[in-house]
Amino acid sequence: MIADWAGGALIVTGALFYFAGTLGLLRFPDVYCRLHALTKADNIGLGCVLLGLALQADSVALACKLVLVWPLVLVATASVSYAIAQRADTLGIEPWKQDPP
Amino acid sequence: MMTLASFVALFLLGNLAVAIYATAGGRTAADRMLVALLFGSTGVGILALLSVAVGATGLIDVALVLALLAAVTGIAFARRAWVEEQADDR
Repeated sequence: MIADWAGGALIVTGALFYFAGTLGLLRFPDVYCRLHALTKADNIGLGCVLLGLALQADSVALACKLVLVWPLVLVATASVSYAIAQRADTLGIEPWKQDPP
Repeated sequence: MMTLASFVALFLLGNLAVAIYATAGGRTAADRMLVALLFGSTGVGILALLSVAVGATGLIDVALVLALLAAVTGIAFARRAWVEEQADDR
């Protein structure tokens, strides 16, 4: 029962992190910032959702499988974000700076 | 609790739809690629939620494949496809 409630709370938290990630992707000023929003906030969201689902899962095997998706996604996203940021830097895109007041 | 999973899946789908709608038009190649990657990470979440909501555990395997394909796509884009950028649009 407690695991069900904790799982539900984790799933809702994950949805909020997803929302924050999407908001950042749409609102941030340059490609590096957007990459940061996409690859960090969304992955925390996914981790929370998967952990919540695993807490509600019927069998231990299913819970393990759900949780094991997360490390894979983390490694994949880290590589992609490095590759895109490196490419943006090579193409000479300047990081955004706040204008002096 | 299954209702919660389907509701959150619907919320994530709406999230994704708004992001695609807002970015589909005139921004740079990198932004369109980032939305494709968002499709990957949100899609994994939606599929995991749906696998619990409808009780089809095979959907977790689909989520794994989607995660891997998104990674390969992103790296292929960065290494091969993204060749030029206008000076003033970020």
